[in-house]
Amino acid sequence: MATTTDFSHLPGRLIVVEGIDGSGKSTQLDLLHKWLRSEGYVTVFTEWNSSPIVRDTTKRGKRKQLLTPMSFSLVHAADFASRTYEQILPALQAGVIVLADRYVYTAFARDAARGVNRKWVRDLYSFAPPPSLALYFHVSLDESIRRIAAARAEIKFYEAGMDLGLSDDLQESFRLFQGRILEEYDKLCDEYDITRIDASQTLVSQQVQVRELVEPLLEGMPRREITKVPTHIQAGYASLAAGGAR
Amino acid sequence: MTAVKFYGEPPPGIEQDWLPGRLIVIEGTDGVGRSTIISILKDYLEASGWGVVDSGLRRSPLVGPGIDQAKEGHTLDPITLNLFYATDFWDRFERIMLPALQAGMVVLADRYIFSLMARAIVRGAPREWLEQIYGFALVPDQVVYLDIDAEDLVLRVLERGFDFWESGGDYLHDRSIYDGFMQHQREQLREMSEMAERYGWDVIDARGTIEQVFEDVRRVVMPTVEAMPQV
Repeated sequence: MATTTDFSHLPGRLIVVEGIDGSGKSTQLDLLHKWLRSEGYVTVFTEWNSSPIVRDTTKRGKRKQLLTPMSFSLVHAADFASRTYEQILPALQAGVIVLADRYVYTAFARDAARGVNRKWVRDLYSFAPPPSLALYFHVSLDESIRRIAAARAEIKFYEAGMDLGLSDDLQESFRLFQGRILEEYDKLCDEYDITRIDASQTLVSQQVQVRELVEPLLEGMPRREITKVPTHIQAGYASLAAGGAR
Repeated sequence: MTAVKFYGEPPPGIEQDWLPGRLIVIEGTDGVGRSTIISILKDYLEASGWGVVDSGLRRSPLVGPGIDQAKEGHTLDPITLNLFYATDFWDRFERIMLPALQAGMVVLADRYIFSLMARAIVRGAPREWLEQIYGFALVPDQVVYLDIDAEDLVLRVLERGFDFWESGGDYLHDRSIYDGFMQHQREQLREMSEMAERYGWDVIDARGTIEQVFEDVRRVVMPTVEAMPQV
């Protein structure tokens, strides 16, 4: 193996969603995922910070608050690399659809908000295949804070950028840090081919836009025959009809 | 004093432009005797009145356990492995080496970014990418390279047994462990010799006895250490 910058030969499609916490991106990707599967498309789902090889290290770092801007950046790149070589590239080589909840832009935005050199982070992730479609769910800071407050009990240390010492107050630090990330995302939308979606619209109207953007990419993607009864159960029926297991 | 200079863009969080300590790197391949030499050198320097800290790969509290765990598995691509080591390196730099340099101590680094780059290069990672990432590393005061050839190296390693990774087991699948070891080490040694020339390292012949090698290392290292005020 070797990293390569030529990904043009890969027959699959890579669809990624981006946005700050509370933007609703994961919900939209989940709806897209269900729709694609109901249409019979073969899909591979991957999310940020989920490599079985690296995840425990990141967790330990967060729990013990061992991470600094550079080690935070590097350990997330390791997680992403592991998923790139085990999940994303094989699926793209096989010619199927990959759905990614957060992609390199999350690192570009967060690491820059932590003061890491922007060019260095881009170089770090140069092994990543470029997406066929990147969707950025834009939401205002106030709206995202409102949604997060409604959805869960507490804000986490690194989510609030508490490692940067912006404020001793968790809420205030969260506001300042997420504000920085929003600014970075805005710049990224100019720098890269990223489609902005207004995440203050209704869930359904956002999903309609998502599907419209995804549909042109589906041509030629392999589909399974859609059956109400799963094939292994059908096979069981057939076996029974032929005289049972023995 | 030591000027704070990085190979590439300076990483965030380091404000000083000089450090009172000394960063001395001992580089060399697997089984060449680095840790033995570092241990003797540390004792010697401490007995002579200097404060010394040593740091070797995989000893970071953040990543050390994770790397060991990952290496037990069967699928670990070279890019992920390299980024694990890069995280380990940075964590140890920030947590161990930098504070010691700020405190005016001698830091003896058991390997540095160079071994990490050589290992990744022989496994197919692009050199340019590696140089960009490891641009975050502080330029050491001195790099001492323990030089050996694969034929002499293998005689030492035979006594303690071969290691899967040191024999390139993860990427040289179709070879016996001996052939794998020889090929992997030859390629790594070639990379390291090129770096020794490019970066102007002090090259020490590591084929002699421990006493001889230590004496040679001591001779080249002392001027760097003695230029620093004694604690």
